Amino acid sequence: MPKIKVPKHSPSIDMTPMVDLAFLLVTFFMLAAIPRETDPVDVTTPSSISEKIIPENNLTVTIDKGGRVFMNLSHSDARTEMLQNMAGKYKVGLTAEQTEKFTIMTSFGCSMKELPQYLDMTGEERKKFNTLGIPTDSLKNELKDWIYYGNIAALNTGQTKFLEAEMKGDKPKADDFKPKFILKVDGKAPYIFAENVIDIFRDLNLSNLNFITSAEKSPK
Amino acid sequence: MAEIAEGGGGHDKGGKKRPKKGSTRIDMTPMVDLGFLLLTFFVMTTTFSKPKVMSLAYPAKVDPKVPVDLPKLNNGITFLLTKNDKIYYYLGEFFAPGNSKGMPATTLEETNFSATDPKGLRKLLADKNAFVIKQKELLDNQLKRKIIADTTYERLLNGPTGLKTKKQALKVLIKTDDKATCENFIDLVDEVKIAQIGVIAPIELMKSEADLLKAKL
Repeated sequence: MPKIKVPKHSPSIDMTPMVDLAFLLVTFFMLAAIPRETDPVDVTTPSSISEKIIPENNLTVTIDKGGRVFMNLSHSDARTEMLQNMAGKYKVGLTAEQTEKFTIMTSFGCSMKELPQYLDMTGEERKKFNTLGIPTDSLKNELKDWIYYGNIAALNTGQTKFLEAEMKGDKPKADDFKPKFILKVDGKAPYIFAENVIDIFRDLNLSNLNFITSAEKSPK
Repeated sequence: MAEIAEGGGGHDKGGKKRPKKGSTRIDMTPMVDLGFLLLTFFVMTTTFSKPKVMSLAYPAKVDPKVPVDLPKLNNGITFLLTKNDKIYYYLGEFFAPGNSKGMPATTLEETNFSATDPKGLRKLLADKNAFVIKQKELLDNQLKRKIIADTTYERLLNGPTGLKTKKQALKVLIKTDDKATCENFIDLVDEVKIAQIGVIAPIELMKSEADLLKAKL
Protein backbone atom coordinates (compact mmCIF):
# COMPACT_ATOMS: atom_id res chain seq x y z
CA MET A 1 0.00 0.00 0.00
CA PRO A 2 1.36 3.32 -0.97
CA LYS A 3 1.51 5.87 1.75
CA ILE A 4 -0.85 8.80 1.56
CA LYS A 5 1.30 11.79 0.96
CA VAL A 6 0.54 14.77 3.12
CA PRO A 7 1.25 17.83 1.03
CA LYS A 8 4.05 19.78 2.56
CA HIS A 9 2.46 23.16 1.92
CA SER A 10 2.34 25.88 4.41
CA PRO A 11 -1.14 26.02 5.94
CA SER A 12 -1.41 29.77 5.57
CA ILE A 13 -3.66 31.70 3.22
CA ASP A 14 -2.76 34.90 1.51
CA MET A 15 -4.62 37.49 3.53
CA THR A 16 -3.63 40.51 1.49
CA PRO A 17 -7.00 41.08 -0.26
CA MET A 18 -8.85 40.82 3.02
CA VAL A 19 -6.52 43.28 4.69
CA ASP A 20 -6.88 45.63 1.74
CA LEU A 21 -10.62 45.53 2.05
CA ALA A 22 -10.52 46.02 5.79
CA PHE A 23 -8.40 49.13 5.48
CA LEU A 24 -10.56 50.46 2.70
CA LEU A 25 -13.56 50.14 5.00
CA VAL A 26 -11.68 51.73 7.89
CA THR A 27 -10.83 54.72 5.72
CA PHE A 28 -14.40 55.01 4.53
CA PHE A 29 -15.96 54.89 7.99
CA MET A 30 -13.37 57.27 9.38
CA LEU A 31 -14.15 59.86 6.77
CA ALA A 32 -17.86 59.35 7.19
CA ALA A 33 -17.70 59.70 10.97
CA ILE A 34 -15.54 62.76 11.44
CA PRO A 35 -17.91 65.60 10.47
CA ARG A 36 -20.21 64.81 13.37
CA GLU A 37 -20.62 67.91 15.49
CA THR A 38 -21.15 67.86 19.18
CA ASP A 39 -23.86 70.08 20.58
CA PRO A 40 -23.52 71.61 24.01
CA VAL A 41 -26.75 69.93 24.99
CA ASP A 42 -28.20 66.48 24.42
CA VAL A 43 -31.71 66.37 23.09
CA THR A 44 -33.82 63.32 22.30
CA THR A 45 -36.16 64.25 19.50
CA PRO A 46 -39.51 62.53 18.95
CA SER A 47 -40.01 60.44 15.81
CA SER A 48 -42.19 61.03 12.78
CA ILE A 49 -42.73 59.52 9.33
CA SER A 50 -41.50 62.65 7.59
CA GLU A 51 -38.88 62.04 4.92
CA LYS A 52 -37.83 65.61 4.34
CA ILE A 53 -34.13 66.00 4.95
CA ILE A 54 -32.77 68.93 6.85
CA PRO A 55 -32.38 72.04 4.63
CA GLU A 56 -28.90 73.37 4.04
CA ASN A 57 -29.40 77.01 4.99
CA ASN A 58 -31.00 76.83 8.38
CA LEU A 59 -31.43 78.53 11.69
CA THR A 60 -31.93 75.99 14.44
CA VAL A 61 -33.28 76.64 17.89
CA THR A 62 -32.76 73.82 20.37
CA ILE A 63 -34.93 73.48 23.45
CA ASP A 64 -33.84 71.01 26.09
CA LYS A 65 -35.87 69.20 28.73
CA GLY A 66 -35.58 72.03 31.21
CA GLY A 67 -36.61 74.68 28.68
CA ARG A 68 -33.14 76.12 28.09
CA VAL A 69 -32.76 77.60 24.64
CA PHE A 70 -29.77 77.20 22.31
CA MET A 71 -29.30 78.49 18.81
CA ASN A 72 -27.31 77.56 15.74
CA LEU A 73 -26.91 79.07 12.30
CA SER A 74 -25.60 76.91 9.47
CA HIS A 75 -23.44 79.27 7.40
CA SER A 76 -20.27 80.62 8.95
CA ASP A 77 -20.38 83.94 7.02
CA ALA A 78 -23.85 84.56 8.31
CA ARG A 79 -22.70 83.75 11.84
CA THR A 80 -20.04 86.44 11.75
CA GLU A 81 -22.51 89.00 10.47
CA MET A 82 -25.07 88.06 13.10
CA LEU A 83 -22.52 88.18 15.91
CA GLN A 84 -21.27 91.63 14.88
CA ASN A 85 -24.81 93.02 14.86
CA MET A 86 -25.59 91.47 18.23
CA ALA A 87 -22.34 92.65 19.82
CA GLY A 88 -23.05 96.14 18.50
CA LYS A 89 -26.56 96.17 19.86
CA TYR A 90 -25.68 94.87 23.31
CA LYS A 91 -22.34 96.71 23.45
CA VAL A 92 -20.30 93.59 24.13
CA GLY A 93 -16.65 93.85 23.13
CA LEU A 94 -15.30 90.74 21.44
CA THR A 95 -11.78 90.06 20.28
CA ALA A 96 -11.06 88.84 16.75
CA GLU A 97 -10.14 85.48 18.24
CA GLN A 98 -13.49 85.17 19.97
CA THR A 99 -15.35 86.06 16.78
CA GLU A 100 -13.34 83.42 14.93
CA LYS A 101 -14.25 80.87 17.58
CA PHE A 102 -17.93 81.76 17.30
CA THR A 103 -18.00 81.13 13.57
CA ILE A 104 -16.68 77.59 13.84
CA MET A 105 -18.61 76.33 16.85
CA THR A 106 -22.03 74.68 16.81
CA SER A 107 -25.02 75.69 18.92
CA PHE A 108 -24.53 78.20 21.66
CA GLY A 109 -26.68 78.99 24.62
CA CYS A 110 -25.84 81.85 26.95
CA SER A 111 -26.83 85.43 27.60
CA MET A 112 -24.97 88.27 25.88
CA LYS A 113 -23.27 89.08 29.18
CA GLU A 114 -21.83 85.57 29.43
CA LEU A 115 -20.85 85.44 25.76
CA PRO A 116 -17.15 86.47 25.92
CA GLN A 117 -16.55 84.00 28.75
CA TYR A 118 -18.54 81.33 26.93
CA LEU A 119 -16.49 81.77 23.77
CA ASP A 120 -13.20 81.32 25.62
CA MET A 121 -14.21 77.84 26.78
CA THR A 122 -13.57 74.56 25.02
CA GLY A 123 -16.42 72.39 23.77
CA GLU A 124 -16.30 70.13 26.81
CA GLU A 125 -16.36 73.06 29.22
CA ARG A 126 -19.36 74.53 27.41
CA LYS A 127 -21.25 71.32 28.02
CA LYS A 128 -20.73 71.69 31.76
CA PHE A 129 -21.20 75.45 31.82
CA ASN A 130 -23.97 76.41 34.17
CA THR A 131 -26.18 78.62 32.04
CA LEU A 132 -29.87 79.31 31.65
CA GLY A 133 -29.54 79.34 27.88
CA ILE A 134 -30.46 82.32 25.72
CA PRO A 135 -32.88 84.57 27.64
CA THR A 136 -36.34 84.56 26.11
CA ASP A 137 -38.43 86.41 28.65
CA SER A 138 -40.27 89.46 27.43
CA LEU A 139 -38.13 91.91 29.42
CA LYS A 140 -34.83 90.72 27.99
CA ASN A 141 -35.72 88.92 24.82
CA GLU A 142 -32.28 88.20 23.44
CA LEU A 143 -33.47 85.25 21.39
CA LYS A 144 -35.71 87.54 19.39
CA ASP A 145 -32.71 89.68 18.46
CA TRP A 146 -30.60 86.63 17.63
CA ILE A 147 -33.31 85.31 15.33
CA TYR A 148 -33.89 88.72 13.79
CA TYR A 149 -30.23 89.29 12.95
CA GLY A 150 -29.69 85.63 12.12
CA ASN A 151 -32.49 85.73 9.59
CA ILE A 152 -31.10 88.85 7.90
CA ALA A 153 -27.58 87.41 7.79
CA ALA A 154 -28.78 84.04 6.49
CA LEU A 155 -30.86 85.77 3.81
CA ASN A 156 -27.76 87.67 2.68
CA THR A 157 -25.58 84.58 2.44
CA GLY A 158 -28.43 82.72 0.77
CA GLN A 159 -28.64 85.44 -1.86
CA THR A 160 -24.89 85.34 -2.49
CA LYS A 161 -25.04 81.57 -2.94
CA PHE A 162 -28.04 81.94 -5.22
CA LEU A 163 -26.21 84.42 -7.44
CA GLU A 164 -23.14 82.17 -7.51
CA ALA A 165 -25.26 79.24 -8.60
CA GLU A 166 -26.89 81.38 -11.26
CA MET A 167 -23.50 82.50 -12.56
CA LYS A 168 -22.50 78.87 -12.93
CA GLY A 169 -25.42 78.44 -15.27
CA ASP A 170 -27.59 76.23 -13.09
CA LYS A 171 -31.20 77.16 -12.76
CA PRO A 172 -31.48 77.44 -9.00
CA LYS A 173 -34.76 77.82 -7.18
CA ALA A 174 -34.66 80.91 -5.00
CA ASP A 175 -36.66 79.14 -2.34
CA ASP A 176 -33.92 76.58 -1.74
CA PHE A 177 -31.52 79.31 -0.68
CA LYS A 178 -33.78 81.06 1.80
CA PRO A 179 -33.12 80.26 5.44
CA LYS A 180 -35.40 77.68 7.00
CA PHE A 181 -36.29 77.74 10.66
CA ILE A 182 -35.87 74.59 12.60
CA LEU A 183 -36.91 73.65 16.09
CA LYS A 184 -35.14 70.84 17.86
CA VAL A 185 -37.17 70.03 20.91
CA ASP A 186 -36.72 67.36 23.51
CA GLY A 187 -39.68 64.98 23.50
CA LYS A 188 -40.03 65.22 27.26
CA ALA A 189 -40.07 69.02 27.31
CA PRO A 190 -43.46 70.58 28.05
CA TYR A 191 -44.93 72.01 24.86
CA ILE A 192 -45.31 75.39 26.53
CA PHE A 193 -41.53 75.91 26.27
CA ALA A 194 -41.67 75.28 22.55
CA GLU A 195 -44.70 77.52 22.26
CA ASN A 196 -42.77 80.31 23.90
CA VAL A 197 -40.08 80.10 21.21
CA ILE A 198 -42.66 79.64 18.44
CA ASP A 199 -44.37 82.83 19.58
CA ILE A 200 -41.09 84.69 19.15
CA PHE A 201 -40.83 83.37 15.60
CA ARG A 202 -44.40 84.39 14.94
CA ASP A 203 -43.77 87.86 16.34
CA LEU A 204 -41.10 88.20 13.68
CA ASN A 205 -43.54 87.00 11.01
CA LEU A 206 -41.70 83.72 10.55
CA SER A 207 -44.47 81.19 10.79
CA ASN A 208 -43.20 78.31 8.65
CA LEU A 209 -41.33 76.14 11.11
CA ASN A 210 -39.78 72.69 10.94
CA PHE A 211 -39.40 70.21 13.75
CA ILE A 212 -36.40 67.88 13.79
CA THR A 213 -37.59 64.33 14.22
CA SER A 214 -35.89 60.99 14.04
CA ALA A 215 -37.12 58.83 11.21
CA GLU A 216 -39.86 56.30 11.78
CA LYS A 217 -41.25 53.76 9.37
CA SER A 218 -44.37 54.87 7.63
CA PRO A 219 -47.37 52.55 8.04
CA LYS A 220 -48.53 50.50 4.98
CA MET B 1 0.61 34.63 10.38
CA ALA B 2 -0.04 36.18 7.05
CA GLU B 3 2.51 33.78 5.64
CA ILE B 4 4.97 31.66 7.44
CA ALA B 5 8.41 32.40 6.21
CA GLU B 6 9.89 29.17 4.97
CA GLY B 7 13.47 28.46 4.38
CA GLY B 8 14.39 32.07 4.03
CA GLY B 9 18.01 32.96 4.52
CA GLY B 10 19.33 29.43 4.07
CA HIS B 11 22.95 28.61 3.25
CA ASP B 12 23.84 28.27 -0.34
CA LYS B 13 25.76 25.31 -1.44
CA GLY B 14 29.18 25.82 -2.83
CA GLY B 15 30.82 27.77 -0.05
CA LYS B 16 30.81 31.06 -1.93
CA LYS B 17 30.35 33.99 0.38
CA ARG B 18 27.10 35.71 -0.38
CA PRO B 19 25.23 38.27 1.65
CA LYS B 20 22.50 36.65 3.71
CA LYS B 21 19.16 36.73 1.96
CA GLY B 22 16.77 37.97 4.62
CA SER B 23 13.13 37.14 4.17
CA THR B 24 11.15 40.04 2.73
CA ARG B 25 8.01 38.94 4.49
CA ILE B 26 6.88 40.83 7.53
CA ASP B 27 4.44 39.52 10.05
CA MET B 28 1.32 41.61 9.42
CA THR B 29 -0.79 40.17 12.22
CA PRO B 30 -0.63 43.14 14.62
CA MET B 31 -1.41 45.57 11.85
CA VAL B 32 -4.39 43.52 10.71
CA ASP B 33 -5.60 43.27 14.28
CA LEU B 34 -5.45 47.00 14.67
CA GLY B 35 -7.15 47.49 11.33
CA PHE B 36 -10.09 45.38 12.31
CA LEU B 37 -10.31 47.01 15.70
CA LEU B 38 -10.60 50.41 14.06
CA LEU B 39 -13.06 49.06 11.55
CA THR B 40 -15.30 47.75 14.31
CA PHE B 41 -15.07 51.04 16.18
CA PHE B 42 -16.01 53.20 13.22
CA VAL B 43 -18.78 50.90 12.07
CA MET B 44 -20.35 51.09 15.49
CA THR B 45 -20.03 54.84 15.97
CA THR B 46 -21.13 56.03 12.55
CA THR B 47 -24.71 57.12 12.25
CA PHE B 48 -25.83 57.41 8.71
CA SER B 49 -29.36 58.66 9.03
CA LYS B 50 -29.39 62.41 8.78
CA PRO B 51 -32.10 63.87 10.96
CA LYS B 52 -35.36 64.49 9.20
CA VAL B 53 -37.56 67.51 9.57
CA MET B 54 -41.31 67.80 9.73
CA SER B 55 -42.63 71.13 8.54
CA LEU B 56 -45.57 72.83 10.14
CA ALA B 57 -47.05 76.22 9.28
CA TYR B 58 -48.25 78.27 12.19
CA PRO B 59 -50.98 80.85 11.77
CA ALA B 60 -49.69 84.41 11.52
CA LYS B 61 -50.00 86.54 14.61
CA VAL B 62 -52.94 88.90 14.68
CA ASP B 63 -53.11 92.22 16.40
CA PRO B 64 -55.01 91.60 19.64
CA LYS B 65 -56.60 95.05 19.39
CA VAL B 66 -58.29 94.24 16.10
CA PRO B 67 -61.12 91.80 16.69
CA VAL B 68 -61.31 89.09 14.04
CA ASP B 69 -64.22 86.84 13.42
CA LEU B 70 -62.99 83.33 13.10
CA PRO B 71 -64.17 81.92 9.79
CA LYS B 72 -66.71 79.17 10.13
CA LEU B 73 -64.85 75.92 10.29
CA ASN B 74 -66.04 73.32 7.85
CA ASN B 75 -65.59 69.74 8.89
CA GLY B 76 -63.15 70.48 11.65
CA ILE B 77 -61.89 68.49 14.57
CA THR B 78 -60.17 69.98 17.59
CA PHE B 79 -57.66 68.06 19.65
CA LEU B 80 -56.79 69.02 23.17
CA LEU B 81 -53.54 67.71 24.56
CA THR B 82 -52.83 67.51 28.24
CA LYS B 83 -50.68 65.75 30.82
CA ASN B 84 -50.06 61.98 31.11
CA ASP B 85 -50.26 61.53 27.31
CA LYS B 86 -53.98 62.10 27.44
CA ILE B 87 -55.75 63.41 24.37
CA TYR B 88 -59.31 64.67 23.97
CA TYR B 89 -61.22 65.88 20.95
CA TYR B 90 -64.48 67.36 19.81
CA LEU B 91 -65.97 67.78 16.38
CA GLY B 92 -67.02 71.02 14.74
CA GLU B 93 -67.44 74.28 16.55
CA PHE B 94 -67.19 74.85 20.26
CA PHE B 95 -70.40 75.63 22.10
CA ALA B 96 -70.34 76.78 25.67
CA PRO B 97 -73.17 75.58 27.90
CA GLY B 98 -76.19 77.86 27.58
CA ASN B 99 -74.97 79.57 24.39
CA SER B 100 -77.12 82.03 22.49
CA LYS B 101 -77.39 79.79 19.43
CA GLY B 102 -79.22 77.20 21.46
CA MET B 103 -76.80 74.40 20.54
CA PRO B 104 -76.03 71.63 23.00
CA ALA B 105 -72.83 72.23 24.95
CA THR B 106 -69.66 70.63 23.59
CA THR B 107 -68.39 67.58 25.40
CA LEU B 108 -64.94 66.11 25.08
CA GLU B 109 -64.28 62.58 23.86
CA GLU B 110 -61.17 60.74 24.88
CA THR B 111 -58.88 58.92 22.47
CA ASN B 112 -55.30 57.64 22.62
CA PHE B 113 -52.12 57.52 20.57
CA SER B 114 -52.47 53.85 19.70
CA ALA B 115 -52.22 52.89 16.04
CA THR B 116 -54.09 49.61 16.46
CA ASP B 117 -56.77 50.35 19.06
CA PRO B 118 -60.18 50.76 17.36
CA LYS B 119 -60.75 53.79 19.57
CA GLY B 120 -57.25 55.13 18.85
CA LEU B 121 -56.18 58.16 16.95
CA ARG B 122 -55.22 56.50 13.68
CA LYS B 123 -58.56 54.78 13.25
CA LEU B 124 -60.45 57.92 14.26
CA LEU B 125 -58.65 60.13 11.76
CA ALA B 126 -58.89 57.55 8.99
CA ASP B 127 -62.66 57.35 9.53
CA LYS B 128 -63.20 61.06 9.63
CA ASN B 129 -60.99 61.70 6.63
CA ALA B 130 -62.19 58.72 4.59
CA PHE B 131 -63.15 60.95 1.67
CA VAL B 132 -59.64 62.25 1.11
CA ILE B 133 -57.99 58.89 1.64
CA LYS B 134 -60.30 57.29 -0.94
CA GLN B 135 -59.77 60.07 -3.47
CA LYS B 136 -56.03 59.86 -2.94
CA GLU B 137 -56.08 56.18 -3.71
CA LEU B 138 -57.74 56.96 -7.04
CA LEU B 139 -55.08 59.57 -7.77
CA ASP B 140 -52.31 57.16 -6.74
CA ASN B 141 -53.72 54.64 -9.13
CA GLN B 142 -53.86 57.15 -11.97
CA LEU B 143 -50.29 58.16 -11.27
CA LYS B 144 -49.15 54.56 -11.29
CA ARG B 145 -50.75 53.91 -14.66
CA LYS B 146 -49.31 57.20 -15.92
CA ILE B 147 -52.68 58.75 -16.73
CA ILE B 148 -51.60 61.89 -14.90
CA ALA B 149 -48.13 63.42 -14.58
CA ASP B 150 -46.51 63.70 -11.18
CA THR B 151 -46.76 67.49 -11.22
CA THR B 152 -50.49 67.22 -11.85
CA TYR B 153 -50.70 64.68 -9.05
CA GLU B 154 -48.93 67.04 -6.69
CA ARG B 155 -51.24 69.91 -7.69
CA LEU B 156 -54.40 67.87 -7.31
CA LEU B 157 -53.29 66.55 -3.94
CA ASN B 158 -51.43 69.33 -2.17
CA GLY B 159 -52.14 72.42 -4.28
CA PRO B 160 -53.97 75.48 -2.93
CA THR B 161 -57.28 74.16 -4.26
CA GLY B 162 -56.25 70.52 -4.09
CA LEU B 163 -57.87 67.56 -2.46
CA LYS B 164 -56.70 68.29 1.06
CA THR B 165 -58.37 71.70 1.19
CA LYS B 166 -61.73 70.49 -0.18
CA LYS B 167 -64.89 71.00 1.79
CA GLN B 168 -65.18 67.31 2.59
CA ALA B 169 -61.60 67.07 3.85
CA LEU B 170 -60.99 67.07 7.56
CA LYS B 171 -59.26 70.06 9.13
CA VAL B 172 -57.42 69.73 12.39
CA LEU B 173 -56.97 72.25 15.16
CA ILE B 174 -54.48 71.44 17.88
CA LYS B 175 -54.61 73.03 21.29
CA THR B 176 -52.35 72.26 24.18
CA ASP B 177 -52.56 73.05 27.84
CA ASP B 178 -49.47 73.88 29.87
CA LYS B 179 -48.76 70.27 30.85
CA ALA B 180 -48.65 68.62 27.43
CA THR B 181 -45.24 67.49 26.17
CA CYS B 182 -43.60 68.16 22.84
CA GLU B 183 -43.56 64.46 22.12
CA ASN B 184 -47.35 64.28 22.33
CA PHE B 185 -47.65 67.28 20.08
CA ILE B 186 -45.33 65.89 17.42
CA ASP B 187 -46.90 62.44 17.61
CA LEU B 188 -50.28 64.01 17.03
CA VAL B 189 -49.09 66.05 14.04
CA ASP B 190 -47.49 62.90 12.71
CA GLU B 191 -50.74 60.94 12.98
CA VAL B 192 -52.59 63.79 11.30
CA LYS B 193 -50.12 63.69 8.41
CA ILE B 194 -50.44 59.92 8.15
CA ALA B 195 -54.18 60.44 7.72
CA GLN B 196 -53.48 62.72 4.71
CA ILE B 197 -54.80 65.83 6.35
CA GLY B 198 -53.40 69.02 4.87
CA VAL B 199 -54.88 71.71 7.08
CA ILE B 200 -53.34 71.68 10.54
CA ALA B 201 -53.49 74.68 12.81
CA PRO B 202 -51.87 74.77 16.24
CA ILE B 203 -53.70 77.49 18.15
CA GLU B 204 -54.14 78.77 21.66
CA LEU B 205 -56.42 77.09 24.13
CA MET B 206 -59.55 79.06 25.01
CA LYS B 207 -60.52 79.59 28.63
CA SER B 208 -63.79 77.70 28.24
CA GLU B 209 -61.94 74.72 26.73
CA ALA B 210 -59.37 74.75 29.51
CA ASP B 211 -62.20 74.55 32.05
CA LEU B 212 -63.77 71.66 30.21
CA LEU B 213 -60.40 69.91 30.16
CA LYS B 214 -59.89 70.47 33.85
CA ALA B 215 -63.27 68.93 34.59
CA LYS B 216 -62.25 65.79 32.65
CA LEU B 217 -59.05 65.20 34.60
